[in-house]
Amino acid sequence: MSEVKEKEVVKVKKSEALFSKRRRNILIDPLDDNNPVTIQVLGICSALAVTIKLEPTIVMSLSVVFVMIFSSLLTSLVRDYIPTRVRIIVQLAIIASLVTLVSEFLKAFNYEMFKVLGAFVGLIITNCIILGRLEAYAMGNKPYDSVLDALGSSVGYAWIILAVAFFRELLGSGSILGYKVFEMIGWSSFPTNGLFVDSIGAFIILGLIIWVQRSRNGYVEN
Amino acid sequence: MNEIINLIIKSAFMDNMVFAYFLGMCSFLAVSKKVSTANGLGLAVIFVLTCTAPLNWLIQQNILNEGALSWIGPEFATVDLTFLQLLMFIAVIASFVQLVEMIIEKFSPALYGSLGIFLPLIAVNCSILGGSLFMVQRDFNLQEATAFGFGSGFGFYLAIIALAAIREKLKYSHVPDGLKGLGITMLLTGLMGLAFKTFIGMTL
Repeated sequence: MSEVKEKEVVKVKKSEALFSKRRRNILIDPLDDNNPVTIQVLGICSALAVTIKLEPTIVMSLSVVFVMIFSSLLTSLVRDYIPTRVRIIVQLAIIASLVTLVSEFLKAFNYEMFKVLGAFVGLIITNCIILGRLEAYAMGNKPYDSVLDALGSSVGYAWIILAVAFFRELLGSGSILGYKVFEMIGWSSFPTNGLFVDSIGAFIILGLIIWVQRSRNGYVEN
Repeated sequence: MNEIINLIIKSAFMDNMVFAYFLGMCSFLAVSKKVSTANGLGLAVIFVLTCTAPLNWLIQQNILNEGALSWIGPEFATVDLTFLQLLMFIAVIASFVQLVEMIIEKFSPALYGSLGIFLPLIAVNCSILGGSLFMVQRDFNLQEATAFGFGSGFGFYLAIIALAAIREKLKYSHVPDGLKGLGITMLLTGLMGLAFKTFIGMTL
Protein backbone atom coordinates (compact mmCIF):
# COMPACT_ATOMS: atom_id res chain seq x y z
CA MET A 1 0.00 0.00 0.00
CA SER A 2 2.61 2.47 1.10
CA GLU A 3 4.94 1.50 -1.72
CA VAL A 4 2.49 2.61 -4.38
CA LYS A 5 2.22 5.97 -2.70
CA GLU A 6 5.96 6.39 -2.46
CA LYS A 7 6.68 5.68 -6.08
CA GLU A 8 4.75 8.73 -7.20
CA VAL A 9 6.90 11.71 -7.87
CA VAL A 10 5.90 14.43 -5.48
CA LYS A 11 5.23 17.80 -7.07
CA VAL A 12 7.01 20.38 -4.98
CA LYS A 13 6.15 24.06 -4.93
CA LYS A 14 9.11 26.26 -5.67
CA SER A 15 9.17 28.08 -2.38
CA GLU A 16 8.70 25.34 0.17
CA ALA A 17 9.92 25.79 3.70
CA LEU A 18 13.01 23.84 4.69
CA PHE A 19 10.97 21.85 7.20
CA SER A 20 7.43 22.01 5.87
CA LYS A 21 4.79 19.61 7.17
CA ARG A 22 5.24 17.27 4.21
CA ARG A 23 8.98 17.09 4.75
CA ARG A 24 8.57 16.50 8.46
CA ASN A 25 6.35 13.56 7.60
CA ILE A 26 8.97 12.12 5.25
CA LEU A 27 11.40 12.25 8.13
CA ILE A 28 9.17 11.02 10.95
CA ASP A 29 7.02 8.43 9.20
CA PRO A 30 9.70 5.69 9.00
CA LEU A 31 10.48 6.02 12.70
CA ASP A 32 7.25 4.40 13.81
CA ASP A 33 4.23 4.07 11.51
CA ASN A 34 6.20 2.94 8.47
CA ASN A 35 9.28 1.49 10.14
CA PRO A 36 11.55 -0.26 7.63
CA VAL A 37 12.29 -3.21 9.92
CA THR A 38 9.07 -3.90 11.78
CA ILE A 39 6.49 -2.85 9.18
CA GLN A 40 8.14 -3.14 5.77
CA VAL A 41 10.25 -6.22 6.71
CA LEU A 42 13.47 -4.92 5.17
CA GLY A 43 17.07 -5.09 6.28
CA ILE A 44 16.67 -7.83 8.84
CA CYS A 45 19.65 -9.65 7.30
CA SER A 46 22.41 -7.49 8.66
CA ALA A 47 20.31 -6.11 11.48
CA LEU A 48 20.46 -9.07 13.81
CA ALA A 49 23.95 -10.40 13.30
CA VAL A 50 25.80 -7.61 15.09
CA THR A 51 23.39 -7.10 17.98
CA ILE A 52 25.07 -9.32 20.56
CA LYS A 53 26.68 -6.26 22.18
CA LEU A 54 25.58 -2.64 22.15
CA GLU A 55 28.90 -1.15 21.05
CA PRO A 56 29.31 -2.86 17.63
CA THR A 57 25.64 -2.15 17.04
CA ILE A 58 26.23 1.59 17.47
CA VAL A 59 29.07 1.47 14.94
CA MET A 60 26.89 -0.54 12.58
CA SER A 61 23.98 1.92 12.84
CA LEU A 62 26.26 4.88 12.21
CA SER A 63 27.72 3.14 9.13
CA VAL A 64 24.26 2.41 7.77
CA VAL A 65 23.10 6.00 8.36
CA PHE A 66 26.19 7.30 6.53
CA VAL A 67 25.90 4.91 3.57
CA MET A 68 22.18 5.47 3.28
CA ILE A 69 22.26 9.28 3.29
CA PHE A 70 25.07 9.58 0.79
CA SER A 71 23.82 6.85 -1.54
CA SER A 72 20.38 8.52 -1.60
CA LEU A 73 21.96 11.90 -2.30
CA LEU A 74 24.16 10.56 -5.10
CA THR A 75 21.43 8.45 -6.69
CA SER A 76 19.02 11.35 -6.56
CA LEU A 77 21.57 13.66 -8.19
CA VAL A 78 22.21 11.32 -11.12
CA ARG A 79 18.67 9.90 -11.32
CA ASP A 80 17.90 11.47 -14.69
CA TYR A 81 21.04 10.05 -16.30
CA ILE A 82 20.64 6.40 -15.23
CA PRO A 83 19.15 4.16 -17.93
CA THR A 84 16.35 2.05 -16.38
CA ARG A 85 17.87 -1.23 -17.49
CA VAL A 86 21.13 -0.93 -15.64
CA ARG A 87 19.82 1.01 -12.64
CA ILE A 88 20.28 -1.86 -10.15
CA ILE A 89 23.92 -2.23 -11.07
CA VAL A 90 24.50 1.53 -10.89
CA GLN A 91 22.82 1.66 -7.47
CA LEU A 92 24.83 -1.32 -6.25
CA ALA A 93 28.04 0.31 -7.48
CA ILE A 94 27.23 3.51 -5.57
CA ILE A 95 26.40 1.58 -2.40
CA ALA A 96 29.43 -0.71 -2.72
CA SER A 97 31.82 2.23 -3.12
CA LEU A 98 30.42 3.93 -0.01
CA VAL A 99 30.58 0.69 1.98
CA THR A 100 34.19 0.22 0.87
CA LEU A 101 34.88 3.73 2.23
CA VAL A 102 33.33 2.81 5.59
CA SER A 103 35.18 -0.48 5.75
CA GLU A 104 38.59 1.08 4.93
CA PHE A 105 37.89 3.85 7.46
CA LEU A 106 37.15 1.30 10.19
CA LYS A 107 40.23 -0.72 9.24
CA ALA A 108 42.39 2.38 9.59
CA PHE A 109 40.97 3.97 12.74
CA ASN A 110 39.31 1.19 14.74
CA TYR A 111 40.80 -2.15 13.73
CA GLU A 112 39.45 -3.92 16.83
CA MET A 113 35.91 -3.00 15.86
CA PHE A 114 36.56 -4.01 12.27
CA LYS A 115 37.54 -7.47 13.48
CA VAL A 116 34.40 -7.76 15.61
CA LEU A 117 32.10 -6.74 12.75
CA GLY A 118 34.08 -8.75 10.19
CA ALA A 119 32.16 -9.63 7.06
CA PHE A 120 29.08 -7.77 8.27
CA VAL A 121 30.44 -4.38 7.25
CA GLY A 122 30.61 -5.65 3.67
CA LEU A 123 27.12 -7.01 4.03
CA ILE A 124 25.73 -3.46 4.40
CA ILE A 125 25.73 -3.56 0.59
CA THR A 126 23.06 -6.22 0.63
CA ASN A 127 20.99 -4.43 3.26
CA CYS A 128 17.62 -4.36 1.53
CA ILE A 129 16.60 -1.07 3.17
CA ILE A 130 19.23 0.85 1.26
CA LEU A 131 18.48 -0.58 -2.17
CA GLY A 132 14.77 -0.51 -1.40
CA ARG A 133 14.75 3.22 -0.57
CA LEU A 134 16.95 4.07 -3.54
CA GLU A 135 14.62 2.18 -5.83
CA ALA A 136 11.37 3.43 -4.29
CA TYR A 137 12.27 7.00 -3.42
CA ALA A 138 15.62 8.43 -4.49
CA MET A 139 15.17 7.39 -8.13
CA GLY A 140 12.16 9.69 -8.45
CA ASN A 141 12.65 12.57 -6.07
CA LYS A 142 14.79 15.65 -5.49
CA PRO A 143 18.06 15.36 -3.55
CA TYR A 144 16.97 17.19 -0.38
CA ASP A 145 13.77 15.13 0.00
CA SER A 146 15.70 11.94 -0.68
CA VAL A 147 18.23 12.77 2.03
CA LEU A 148 15.40 13.39 4.51
CA ASP A 149 13.79 10.10 3.53
CA ALA A 150 17.11 8.28 3.88
CA LEU A 151 17.74 9.86 7.28
CA GLY A 152 14.28 8.85 8.49
CA SER A 153 14.55 5.26 7.27
CA SER A 154 18.07 4.69 8.55
CA VAL A 155 17.28 6.11 11.98
CA GLY A 156 14.13 3.97 12.03
CA TYR A 157 16.37 0.98 11.34
CA ALA A 158 18.96 2.10 13.89
CA TRP A 159 16.60 2.42 16.84
CA ILE A 160 15.19 -1.06 16.28
CA ILE A 161 18.60 -2.75 16.19
CA LEU A 162 19.78 -0.66 19.15
CA ALA A 163 16.74 -1.83 21.11
CA VAL A 164 17.43 -5.46 20.19
CA ALA A 165 21.11 -5.07 21.15
CA PHE A 166 20.20 -3.41 24.44
CA PHE A 167 18.02 -6.33 25.53
CA ARG A 168 20.40 -8.97 24.19
CA GLU A 169 23.41 -7.54 25.98
CA LEU A 170 21.44 -6.93 29.18
CA LEU A 171 19.80 -10.36 29.33
CA GLY A 172 22.61 -12.30 27.67
CA SER A 173 25.81 -10.95 29.21
CA GLY A 174 24.23 -8.98 32.04
CA SER A 175 25.92 -5.75 30.97
CA ILE A 176 25.27 -2.50 29.11
CA LEU A 177 28.12 -1.15 26.98
CA GLY A 178 30.44 -3.47 28.91
CA TYR A 179 29.40 -2.31 32.40
CA LYS A 180 28.19 -5.21 34.50
CA VAL A 181 24.79 -3.84 35.52
CA PHE A 182 23.62 -6.72 37.64
CA GLU A 183 26.87 -6.82 39.62
CA MET A 184 26.52 -3.11 40.41
CA ILE A 185 23.11 -3.60 41.98
CA GLY A 186 24.50 -6.42 44.07
CA TRP A 187 23.38 -9.43 42.05
CA SER A 188 26.82 -10.81 41.32
CA SER A 189 25.73 -14.32 40.43
CA PHE A 190 23.96 -13.35 37.18
CA PRO A 191 24.92 -16.10 34.71
CA THR A 192 25.74 -15.65 31.05
CA ASN A 193 22.50 -16.49 29.29
CA GLY A 194 23.39 -18.49 26.19
CA LEU A 195 19.91 -18.22 24.72
CA PHE A 196 20.24 -14.45 24.26
CA VAL A 197 23.89 -14.44 23.25
CA ASP A 198 22.88 -16.89 20.54
CA SER A 199 20.96 -15.95 17.41
CA ILE A 200 17.75 -17.48 18.80
CA GLY A 201 17.44 -14.72 21.38
CA ALA A 202 17.63 -12.08 18.66
CA PHE A 203 14.76 -13.63 16.71
CA ILE A 204 12.59 -13.86 19.80
CA ILE A 205 13.38 -10.33 21.02
CA LEU A 206 12.69 -8.86 17.58
CA GLY A 207 9.44 -10.85 17.39
CA LEU A 208 8.36 -9.41 20.74
CA ILE A 209 9.38 -5.84 19.79
CA ILE A 210 7.29 -6.19 16.63
CA TRP A 211 4.36 -7.45 18.68
CA VAL A 212 4.53 -4.52 21.11
CA GLN A 213 5.01 -1.93 18.38
CA ARG A 214 2.26 -3.24 16.14
CA SER A 215 -0.26 -3.56 18.93
CA ARG A 216 0.52 0.03 19.84
CA ASN A 217 0.05 1.57 16.39
CA GLY A 218 -2.64 -0.89 15.30
CA TYR A 219 -0.95 -2.22 12.15
CA VAL A 220 -2.29 -5.67 11.18
CA GLU A 221 -0.79 -7.85 8.45
CA ASN A 222 -3.07 -10.27 6.60
CA MET B 1 36.67 -36.62 0.30
CA ASN B 2 35.42 -37.15 3.82
CA GLU B 3 36.43 -33.63 4.74
CA ILE B 4 34.45 -32.20 1.83
CA ILE B 5 31.29 -34.07 2.87
CA ASN B 6 31.88 -32.97 6.42
CA LEU B 7 32.16 -29.36 5.31
CA ILE B 8 28.91 -29.59 3.33
CA ILE B 9 27.05 -30.99 6.33
CA LYS B 10 28.64 -28.49 8.69
CA SER B 11 27.70 -25.49 6.52
CA ALA B 12 24.18 -26.81 5.91
CA PHE B 13 23.25 -27.65 9.49
CA MET B 14 25.62 -26.32 12.16
CA ASP B 15 26.61 -23.08 10.40
CA ASN B 16 23.24 -22.61 8.76
CA MET B 17 23.17 -19.27 6.94
CA VAL B 18 19.76 -18.31 8.30
CA PHE B 19 19.85 -19.57 11.87
CA ALA B 20 23.50 -19.03 12.78
CA TYR B 21 24.36 -15.88 10.80
CA PHE B 22 20.98 -14.26 10.00
CA LEU B 23 21.90 -14.09 6.33
CA GLY B 24 19.27 -14.04 3.61
CA MET B 25 16.58 -13.08 6.09
CA CYS B 26 14.72 -10.68 3.79
CA SER B 27 13.83 -13.22 1.14
CA PHE B 28 13.57 -15.92 3.81
CA LEU B 29 10.74 -14.02 5.48
CA ALA B 30 9.10 -12.60 2.39
CA VAL B 31 9.00 -15.63 0.05
CA SER B 32 8.09 -18.26 2.64
CA LYS B 33 4.32 -17.96 2.37
CA LYS B 34 3.93 -20.87 -0.06
CA VAL B 35 5.99 -24.06 -0.35
CA SER B 36 6.08 -23.97 -4.16
CA THR B 37 7.57 -20.47 -4.41
CA ALA B 38 9.94 -21.21 -1.54
CA ASN B 39 11.09 -24.28 -3.45
CA GLY B 40 11.89 -22.22 -6.55
CA LEU B 41 13.75 -19.53 -4.64
CA GLY B 42 15.66 -22.13 -2.62
CA LEU B 43 16.85 -23.93 -5.76
CA ALA B 44 17.89 -20.63 -7.34
CA VAL B 45 19.89 -19.75 -4.21
CA ILE B 46 21.64 -23.17 -4.21
CA PHE B 47 22.58 -22.68 -7.86
CA VAL B 48 23.85 -19.12 -7.51
CA LEU B 49 25.79 -19.85 -4.30
CA THR B 50 27.43 -23.01 -5.70
CA CYS B 51 28.60 -21.08 -8.77
CA THR B 52 29.57 -17.72 -7.26
CA ALA B 53 31.63 -19.10 -4.36
CA PRO B 54 34.29 -20.78 -6.58
CA LEU B 55 34.13 -17.92 -9.10
CA ASN B 56 34.79 -15.34 -6.42
CA TRP B 57 37.50 -17.61 -4.98
CA LEU B 58 39.30 -17.52 -8.34
CA ILE B 59 38.95 -13.74 -8.49
CA GLN B 60 40.25 -13.34 -4.95
CA GLN B 61 43.25 -15.61 -5.53
CA ASN B 62 44.21 -14.45 -9.02
CA ILE B 63 43.35 -10.76 -9.05
CA LEU B 64 42.64 -9.24 -5.66
CA ASN B 65 45.16 -10.67 -3.19
CA GLU B 66 48.45 -8.86 -2.65
CA GLY B 67 50.94 -10.19 -5.18
CA ALA B 68 48.27 -12.22 -6.97
CA LEU B 69 48.77 -10.25 -10.18
CA SER B 70 52.37 -11.43 -10.58
CA TRP B 71 51.23 -13.76 -13.37
CA ILE B 72 51.02 -10.68 -15.62
CA GLY B 73 54.59 -9.63 -14.95
CA PRO B 74 57.04 -9.13 -12.08
CA GLU B 75 56.24 -5.42 -11.83
CA PHE B 76 52.71 -6.28 -10.62
CA ALA B 77 53.96 -8.41 -7.71
CA THR B 78 53.33 -5.71 -5.11
CA VAL B 79 49.88 -4.62 -6.27
CA ASP B 80 47.21 -5.12 -3.60
CA LEU B 81 43.66 -4.82 -4.86
CA THR B 82 41.78 -6.18 -1.83
CA PHE B 83 39.91 -2.89 -1.44
CA LEU B 84 38.08 -3.76 -4.67
CA GLN B 85 36.80 -7.01 -3.12
CA LEU B 86 33.27 -5.86 -2.37
CA LEU B 87 32.76 -4.25 -5.79
CA MET B 88 34.09 -7.28 -7.69
CA PHE B 89 32.08 -9.80 -5.67
CA ILE B 90 28.82 -7.92 -6.02
CA ALA B 91 29.41 -7.51 -9.76
CA VAL B 92 29.94 -11.26 -10.22
CA ILE B 93 26.84 -12.02 -8.16
CA ALA B 94 24.66 -9.48 -9.95
CA SER B 95 25.59 -10.83 -13.38
CA PHE B 96 24.99 -14.39 -12.26
CA VAL B 97 21.58 -13.53 -10.91
CA GLN B 98 20.76 -11.90 -14.23
CA LEU B 99 21.68 -15.20 -15.91
CA VAL B 100 19.48 -17.27 -13.62
CA GLU B 101 16.64 -14.84 -14.18
CA MET B 102 16.88 -15.29 -17.96
CA ILE B 103 17.02 -19.09 -17.60
CA ILE B 104 13.95 -19.25 -15.36
CA GLU B 105 12.02 -16.83 -17.55
CA LYS B 106 12.71 -19.04 -20.56
CA PHE B 107 11.95 -22.44 -19.04
CA SER B 108 9.37 -21.77 -16.35
CA PRO B 109 7.31 -18.60 -16.88
CA ALA B 110 4.93 -19.64 -14.08
CA LEU B 111 7.73 -19.77 -11.54
CA TYR B 112 9.11 -16.52 -12.96
CA GLY B 113 5.77 -14.86 -12.34
CA SER B 114 5.42 -16.12 -8.80
CA LEU B 115 8.97 -15.21 -7.75
CA GLY B 116 8.40 -11.71 -9.07
CA ILE B 117 10.55 -9.03 -7.49
CA PHE B 118 12.49 -11.52 -5.39
CA LEU B 119 14.42 -12.94 -8.27
CA PRO B 120 16.46 -9.78 -8.91
CA LEU B 121 16.63 -9.42 -5.14
CA ILE B 122 18.74 -12.59 -4.92
CA ALA B 123 21.52 -10.21 -5.95
CA VAL B 124 21.04 -8.48 -2.61
CA ASN B 125 20.38 -11.73 -0.76
CA CYS B 126 22.96 -11.44 1.98
CA SER B 127 23.60 -15.17 2.05
CA ILE B 128 25.18 -15.03 -1.42
CA LEU B 129 27.59 -12.17 -0.71
CA GLY B 130 28.04 -13.53 2.80
CA GLY B 131 29.04 -16.92 1.39
CA SER B 132 31.78 -15.29 -0.66
CA LEU B 133 33.04 -13.14 2.20
CA PHE B 134 33.08 -16.02 4.71
CA MET B 135 34.89 -18.17 2.18
CA VAL B 136 37.71 -15.60 1.99
CA GLN B 137 37.74 -15.14 5.76
CA ARG B 138 38.12 -18.87 6.39
CA ASP B 139 40.95 -19.50 3.89
CA PHE B 140 39.26 -22.26 1.92
CA ASN B 141 40.79 -23.83 -1.18
CA LEU B 142 38.82 -24.10 -4.43
CA GLN B 143 37.21 -27.47 -3.61
CA GLU B 144 36.26 -26.38 -0.12
CA ALA B 145 34.84 -23.10 -1.44
CA THR B 146 32.57 -24.98 -3.86
CA ALA B 147 31.48 -27.41 -1.15
CA PHE B 148 30.87 -24.51 1.25
CA GLY B 149 28.78 -22.69 -1.38
CA PHE B 150 26.67 -25.76 -2.05
CA GLY B 151 26.28 -26.64 1.64
CA SER B 152 25.21 -23.13 2.60
CA GLY B 153 22.75 -23.00 -0.29
CA PHE B 154 21.32 -26.34 0.75
CA GLY B 155 20.97 -25.16 4.34
CA PHE B 156 19.06 -22.08 3.16
CA TYR B 157 16.85 -24.30 0.98
CA LEU B 158 15.98 -26.58 3.90
CA ALA B 159 15.25 -23.65 6.17
CA ILE B 160 12.97 -21.80 3.75
CA ILE B 161 11.05 -24.96 2.78
CA ALA B 162 10.48 -25.85 6.43
CA LEU B 163 9.32 -22.34 7.32
CA ALA B 164 6.98 -22.21 4.31
CA ALA B 165 5.43 -25.53 5.31
CA ILE B 166 4.83 -24.28 8.86
CA ARG B 167 3.36 -21.00 7.62
CA GLU B 168 0.95 -22.80 5.30
CA LYS B 169 -0.39 -24.68 8.32
CA LEU B 170 -0.37 -21.53 10.43
CA LYS B 171 -3.09 -19.98 8.27
CA TYR B 172 -5.62 -22.08 10.19
CA SER B 173 -4.43 -20.98 13.63
CA HIS B 174 -5.63 -18.08 15.69
CA VAL B 175 -2.77 -15.60 16.08
CA PRO B 176 -3.06 -12.31 18.02
CA ASP B 177 -3.43 -9.31 15.69
CA GLY B 178 -0.10 -7.66 16.47
CA LEU B 179 1.80 -10.90 15.99
CA LYS B 180 0.28 -11.75 12.60
CA GLY B 181 2.73 -12.04 9.74
CA LEU B 182 6.24 -10.93 10.61
CA GLY B 183 5.94 -11.22 14.40
CA ILE B 184 4.91 -14.85 14.59
CA THR B 185 7.36 -15.68 11.81
CA MET B 186 10.26 -14.27 13.85
CA LEU B 187 9.23 -16.35 16.88
CA LEU B 188 8.92 -19.43 14.64
CA THR B 189 12.37 -18.80 13.19
CA GLY B 190 13.74 -18.59 16.71
CA LEU B 191 12.22 -21.95 17.62
CA MET B 192 13.49 -23.52 14.39
CA GLY B 193 16.95 -22.16 15.16
CA LEU B 194 16.74 -23.83 18.56
CA ALA B 195 16.04 -27.12 16.78
CA PHE B 196 18.97 -26.61 14.40
CA LYS B 197 21.26 -26.07 17.42
CA THR B 198 20.98 -29.78 18.19
CA PHE B 199 23.27 -30.51 15.25
CA ILE B 200 26.22 -28.80 16.95
CA GLY B 201 29.24 -31.03 17.23
CA MET B 202 28.00 -33.59 14.72
CA THR B 203 30.66 -34.99 12.36
CA LEU B 204 30.81 -37.90 9.97
